[in-house]
Amino acid sequence: MAELLGFPPQVLFGQLLIGLINGSFYALLSLGLAIIFGLLNIINFAHGAQYMLGAFVAWLGLKFLGVNYWVSLILAPLVVAAIGIALEKTLLRRLYKEDHLYGLLLTFGLALMIEGSFVHFFGVSGQPYSVPQALTGGNNLGFMFLPTYRAWIIVASLVICFGTWYMIERTKLGAYLRAGTENPQLLQAFGINVPLLITLTYGYGVALAAFAGVLAAPIYSVSPVMGSNLLIVVFAVVVIGGMGSIMGAIVTGLLMGLIEGLTKVFYPEASTTVIFLVMIVVLLVRPAGLFGKEA
Amino acid sequence: MKMLKKLMCSAIVSAMAAAGAAQAKGISDDEVRIGYLADMSGTYSALAGSGGLEAAKMAIEDFGGKVNGKKITIVSADDQNKPDIGANKVRQWIDVDNIDMVAGMVSSAVTIAVNKVVEAKDKISIVSGSASSAITNQYCTANSVHYVYDTYALAHGTGEAVVQEGGDTWFFLTADYAFGHAMEGDVTSVVKASGGKVVGGVRHPLATNDFSSFILQAQASGAKIVGLANAGADTTNALKTAKEFGVVQAGQKLAGLLIFLTDVYSLGLETTQGLQLTTGFYWDRTPETRAWAERYKERTGAMPTMVQAGIYSSVNHYLNAVKAAGTDATEAVMSQMKKTPINDFFATNGQIRDDGRMIHDMYLAEVKKPSESQSEWDLYKILRTIPADKAFRPLSESKCKLVAGR
Repeated sequence: MAELLGFPPQVLFGQLLIGLINGSFYALLSLGLAIIFGLLNIINFAHGAQYMLGAFVAWLGLKFLGVNYWVSLILAPLVVAAIGIALEKTLLRRLYKEDHLYGLLLTFGLALMIEGSFVHFFGVSGQPYSVPQALTGGNNLGFMFLPTYRAWIIVASLVICFGTWYMIERTKLGAYLRAGTENPQLLQAFGINVPLLITLTYGYGVALAAFAGVLAAPIYSVSPVMGSNLLIVVFAVVVIGGMGSIMGAIVTGLLMGLIEGLTKVFYPEASTTVIFLVMIVVLLVRPAGLFGKEA
Repeated sequence: MKMLKKLMCSAIVSAMAAAGAAQAKGISDDEVRIGYLADMSGTYSALAGSGGLEAAKMAIEDFGGKVNGKKITIVSADDQNKPDIGANKVRQWIDVDNIDMVAGMVSSAVTIAVNKVVEAKDKISIVSGSASSAITNQYCTANSVHYVYDTYALAHGTGEAVVQEGGDTWFFLTADYAFGHAMEGDVTSVVKASGGKVVGGVRHPLATNDFSSFILQAQASGAKIVGLANAGADTTNALKTAKEFGVVQAGQKLAGLLIFLTDVYSLGLETTQGLQLTTGFYWDRTPETRAWAERYKERTGAMPTMVQAGIYSSVNHYLNAVKAAGTDATEAVMSQMKKTPINDFFATNGQIRDDGRMIHDMYLAEVKKPSESQSEWDLYKILRTIPADKAFRPLSESKCKLVAGR
């Protein structure tokens, strides 16, 4: 059999597909971050904690109220978004005019508090959450065994990602949002409730994180530290894509998943660092990121 | 002959010294003070953590809170798995708070650093949580005891059993740091010695989030056994992914080399069934283990890991030694602990060797199928007992300075 770069092609295809799956996770998380940064100018360090909250709401719902996976997929993002909106209305709102650093410190502090209290109550070893009945099993694709749930992750996150992109770039609501970031006073003069728009946007960004959390619950352990493990990588993805660029976040997320997947075959020791390597190179060559507009 | 004379002399001298110390010192500061050091909030906090502290407190309460009329106190600290933090804390405990014994101790790196401090200050440490067999090998000290298990015991227990059952080709998923390398090395030599071979492996970074890529590589290797030379969240994530990708259904078997009861509980039997592992303690093994574990569960809400059970047993053994020696002076207590066999719910005829290794029976266990499990914590069946003299590294192979050349 012919070999590609010293590996049989089926091994390589398998790894590329896995990379795409992980990439769609990165895309989903970095999309939320990009929206929040693009429209609110807040670097949302609580994103990892909100992702974790999403998974925990699903787990708590299943354990204590018998809420199944499909309901959680809708309900958990709503619950976490409501918490996010409360945060925005009481705390974040006061920081829009200040330097980015204040928003970063606030959200970082909140993330530490949320994670700390969850560690206190639930410990770090992780809670079990099983794959929903309809998505168990898998298919043998010839070159690899693809679990149905992983296929579902790709489909679900791509639908959400491109739906969000379409809403922001192609609809009237999206036009308002974009106008709101350019010139809020002018938009308000046209009779649009800009503060409400911003609150809802933050809520939506947070809901995306929680949605990713519910998606992740069956394949990773539901643990209080699950978000902080992922957050740094997701930030790197946003930076590579260009801060605030919606399409940049989606495409870069997928791309980084692929690059990471290949690294895991050729040099696994570097698999957690390769994304940061790419980030350094991109920042040197294109400081605004791959899809960012030069200031 | 000369040797014998020398030995006799030193025995007499040390006996005199011990007796002298006992008379002169009694219990220092009129209190026996224990410091409990562990990861209280991080990756390894489930296996020892606050449960271990509770176990130590239970041991003190069961002892009556006093030894020879003097009060027993305990303090605790979170080492955050960082050697510098752990070593500094223990230095402060000994210098300022007059701590007599350090218990708990989880991350091997922290333990090796702390043991150096304890040796320099001539106090006692009893290590229950750490894995590395180097603690009683090249890093051994006369002031430390390694109580529950080590990488040598895990490698021999699980590795040999798996190869004997036909698992003669191995692929490793190894955490890319000292512990993972040691574990992989120990198991590799066992596999080779038992007639198996290692066909490949991946070294993954510590705290890897997604194992699917590595699991695919393990599947492509065609090895009969996928050995997990990692711990904590890495092990649970790897097991979860292996289940998802149908590793077991496709005919491969998994060997978890360092798995705690809390890991299995957290993953659920559906994911872990059939997994073989080596453990120093299982709560549902004898009436004595059950009785103690039920009491522990009442206080903490969970069944004990082997580490938590070991912490109780080791604190109890220490207090008994203090009582018998009539002092908390280091040398007298250490020699008392070493000459007294350990017989309790945790160990039968356990014995602390000169290198500090506590040797006792280990158990090869298999995780039950969901259908076999009767209750929430009914997780293991014990396949066989690995006798104490087979379970741990023989002194003849030791590099420990205290026993080398014997």
